[in-house]
Amino acid sequence: MTHMPYVLSCYALGVLVPAVFGIAALARMRAATRKLVAIDPRQRS
Amino acid sequence: MKGKSSGRGFKPWAACTRLSVVDASPNLAPPPPPSGRGLHRFANPGRFLRLSGIVLPWLAAGGVGLTGLGLGWGLLGAPADYQQGDAVRIMYVHVPAAQMALAGYLGLALCSLFSIVWRHPLADLAAVEIGPVGAAFTALCLATGSIWGRPMWGTWWAWDARMTSVLILFFLYLGHVAVVRAFDDPVRGYRAGAILALIGVVNLPVIKFSVDWWNTLHQPASIGLTGAPAMHVSMLWPLLAASLGYACLFGAIVVARIRAAVLERRLRGLLLNRAEAAR
Repeated sequence: MTHMPYVLSCYALGVLVPAVFGIAALARMRAATRKLVAIDPRQRS
Repeated sequence: MKGKSSGRGFKPWAACTRLSVVDASPNLAPPPPPSGRGLHRFANPGRFLRLSGIVLPWLAAGGVGLTGLGLGWGLLGAPADYQQGDAVRIMYVHVPAAQMALAGYLGLALCSLFSIVWRHPLADLAAVEIGPVGAAFTALCLATGSIWGRPMWGTWWAWDARMTSVLILFFLYLGHVAVVRAFDDPVRGYRAGAILALIGVVNLPVIKFSVDWWNTLHQPASIGLTGAPAMHVSMLWPLLAASLGYACLFGAIVVARIRAAVLERRLRGLLLNRAEAAR
């Protein structure tokens, strides 16, 4: 009996969970930076 | 950071404005308390943003590279187990996720300690941002463990000591996430969350030593600080790469979330200052 479906589903989860959290964190960081720069351009640095 | 009752009504933005004033005008910043001067060097949000801006790309790149290497090696390069066959490859996801679940909670507890003892302003933010990430990695550990258990033990779940204590860890994370957001006054939420996190630390040694204290389905630890690992080197290296990669990814995600939280606070502070100036 092959266990590859179990293995592949674990790997899919193992890639998806960090990827979703990482992309969400980056998007949140960029959105905050963009809004901050729009209000006060001195915050660009 | 601790909110002081002014007697003129509740001000949920008090912590935000205070931080933004310290951040925007260093001359107005109160001197750090003498007991935690060393720690408070890193409490300045501007300094944190500068340092994290340097560290974050390296953490993220290292995390992606090492995780890719470890998982790819584990899936395609590492040998199958003589008893478990290919199912042993789940270890390269499950074990690093479990390590991050525990390490994340330890980080959460340390931030809570810094918050309660030294009133470290970034520690509150860090604790709030670690919670959801730690919960996600704990859920990943439980899910992959459950998927691994189905072909090996014939069941998705058993009330085994290790699995039950990790489930309790997951609930502790969820409790922390809920508690810090449950109060109108964020400072009260931070305090309540910190107390919960410190109480929950008791669960960490229970998870670690559950396989020694009770007769469980899990095997004892294969890698320890003392003694040679009970694992062949062809399986050990991909596991170490995946573990290090997950650690870097976890760190990168948390640092990015804290940066976002600091920027959002600064934004709220600026908006409030403008609104007050316009009145």
